[in-house]
Amino acid sequence: MTTLTDPPKEHFRLSMLLYDTRYRSATIQVVALMGFMLLAAWLLSNTIQNLEALGKPVEFGFFSEPASYDINQRLLEYDSRDSHLRAAFIGLLNTLVVAVLGCITATIVGVLVGVLRLSSNWLVAKIMTVYVEMFRNVPVLLWIVFAMAILIESLPAPRAFRGENPTATMDLFNTVAVTNRGVYIPEALFSRSLGDIHFFGESAMRFDVSLDLIAIIIVLAGSIFAMRKVTAWANKTQEQTGDRPKIWHILLGLIFVPMLILLVALGFHLGYPELKGFNFTGGTHLRNSLIALWLALSLYTAAFIAEIVRGGILAISHGQTEAAAALGLRQGRIMRLVILPQALRVIIPPMISNYLNLTKNSSLAIAVGYMDITGTLGGITMNQTGRELECVLLLMLVYLAISLSISAVMNWYNERVKLVER
Amino acid sequence: MKKTIFVGAATVVTLAAGAAMAGTADDVKARGKLNCGVTTGLAGFAAPDANGEWKGFDVSMCRAVAAAVLGDPNAVEFVPTTGKTRFTALASGEIDLLARNTTWTFSRDVDLKFEFIGVNYYDGQGFMVPKELGVSSAKELDGATVCIQTGTTTELNLADFFRTNNISYEPVPIETNAEAQQQYLAGACDVYTTDASGLAATRASFEDPSAHILLPEIISKEPLGPLVRHGDHEWGDVARWTLNALISAEELGVTSANINDIASSTENPEIKRLLGTEGTLGEMLGLDAEWAQRAIAAGGNYGEIFAKNIGEDTPIGLARGLNAQWTDGGLLYSPPFR
Repeated sequence: MTTLTDPPKEHFRLSMLLYDTRYRSATIQVVALMGFMLLAAWLLSNTIQNLEALGKPVEFGFFSEPASYDINQRLLEYDSRDSHLRAAFIGLLNTLVVAVLGCITATIVGVLVGVLRLSSNWLVAKIMTVYVEMFRNVPVLLWIVFAMAILIESLPAPRAFRGENPTATMDLFNTVAVTNRGVYIPEALFSRSLGDIHFFGESAMRFDVSLDLIAIIIVLAGSIFAMRKVTAWANKTQEQTGDRPKIWHILLGLIFVPMLILLVALGFHLGYPELKGFNFTGGTHLRNSLIALWLALSLYTAAFIAEIVRGGILAISHGQTEAAAALGLRQGRIMRLVILPQALRVIIPPMISNYLNLTKNSSLAIAVGYMDITGTLGGITMNQTGRELECVLLLMLVYLAISLSISAVMNWYNERVKLVER
Repeated sequence: MKKTIFVGAATVVTLAAGAAMAGTADDVKARGKLNCGVTTGLAGFAAPDANGEWKGFDVSMCRAVAAAVLGDPNAVEFVPTTGKTRFTALASGEIDLLARNTTWTFSRDVDLKFEFIGVNYYDGQGFMVPKELGVSSAKELDGATVCIQTGTTTELNLADFFRTNNISYEPVPIETNAEAQQQYLAGACDVYTTDASGLAATRASFEDPSAHILLPEIISKEPLGPLVRHGDHEWGDVARWTLNALISAEELGVTSANINDIASSTENPEIKRLLGTEGTLGEMLGLDAEWAQRAIAAGGNYGEIFAKNIGEDTPIGLARGLNAQWTDGGLLYSPPFR
């Protein structure tokens, strides 16, 4: 009979941190971390000391001072007496506008081009290849400047619309004016408006939300909900009786009638642009800086997205297409119902980084004088106050926050579309 | 399972060469070159000519300082800066002297920690419009689209001007003078506003300058001057008195043509002190006795520099106006060399 003895209990000794392989890697990591933190601390204290030696200690008080400059594109009310913080906020909104518009357009164009590049039509496929290679291989800054130059040089100035025999006329039944200062489109006006709700009182982040808009959204959501109910009822009837009741006129009525009633009740009408003095007034003014930036960023990013989409589609085995075709599905439906849903799981992750790139590239806005957050906070405010460190740090934080939010949303979406694995 | 420690690297912006500046004058001498910040290109003030050589009113200031300190007016490294980058370039030590028609304001002097060494051009903000618009006063510009160079005082003056006159405008912010010119000529803006001297210089480079007019309103005071970093007084003194030497030389009738004759023949004690044939002014500055002679010989006195680059006989065609000597009813007034 053998006696089982416990293995000798080992006492921890300091030397084991170095000689025992179980602890060594942790030791090295802790030492490396400490070294890194020391380096970071040294850099930080060096910066602060140098700034103090220059007589510019880090402080953020200047944000509440009046900005004293004007911003042309402002989604919220702003004038030159508002604070630097407010100006930065207006710039942030402009960044978000061009980022959102750009991401949406880039996705639509990118998916289309990506699919068309695989087209069996030789001409279409080649044209798309040329597009992708052209946009992908030229720096985006050049595209932005190029787009702006085309808008400025080729379109008529507002004064060309004036006089007895104007050299330029408005388009679309006199409702849209395309000039080299931007495009003026009709705007929605409500003569019996419900007014606005104000948020955040008098602070720099204050904004108004139009009650008209909220009403429209609520009615639209209600319509869609009712349409779903009707469709569900139709499906159920079809399952039970085999006959599908006719519902398209009900659906049409559900979406249009409530909206029409609401719009009439609010006194909806369009405000048309009109040449007054130096410029068109009335209507919504899409400045050419916004158009140039939006166009260049989306076409540039779309070229990358097209390649991702093409790669995603090619990643799905050809057998899937053949199987779907054998079931009698037509080309378009094969793509929409079989291939794309599976390709999405390959497409989404690299798509995230393209959205991030587009958003960060929007900081090139100043090249065409678009007042984004880099132009306001990182441009004029920084220049007028001389607070480089504070402005740049804040700017970095803002972009970090935007990027992380985009990542979070896209990762959530990725979770939803990825194949359920068992 | 292995645990890796992720450390989020905090990015820290360090300002290079913030502290421990021994003395810019010594640095410049050791380097053998003066780093001088100028515009990215404004005809008459600072622009490279056909041979790639920098020429202009501001450039002459750089050359005069280089001649005084280093003995060679060509020992200058010109660093083109935009309205946005100029202050960072100076504060970080990338340039030793900024001669880029920069307006002397309280906050730049006090808060941004710079030292203006004087005024080399008294200017004011003006407006340029195409003649065909039929505008005769800036107050008629209600609703106009205005091109401005971003990051300049003109941006702030403009906001104030339109606000106090209770009229509206649409600002189009632009990085450089060249872009502004392009947008203005294409009619993307009705008005271009900047310092009146800059407008004159820009208009001179147009194909048809007569189709554009400068409006009579001058909406601000823009004393333009070279500047250095705050705190280095020896260097500030060198730059300040080089500018004063150029101004005094004009007042005393010393030109680049007659400077050698005058230096040997003059009996005027102030000229003698200025040119270093008497007294020890150069030594007090940490330079040799002939520093001012070289500065004046480099491009001439203030009047010569003005006439050669932006004066009435040049395409830019600026009158002396406020920039005449005090003896001629202008504002130029150098403290005595004594």
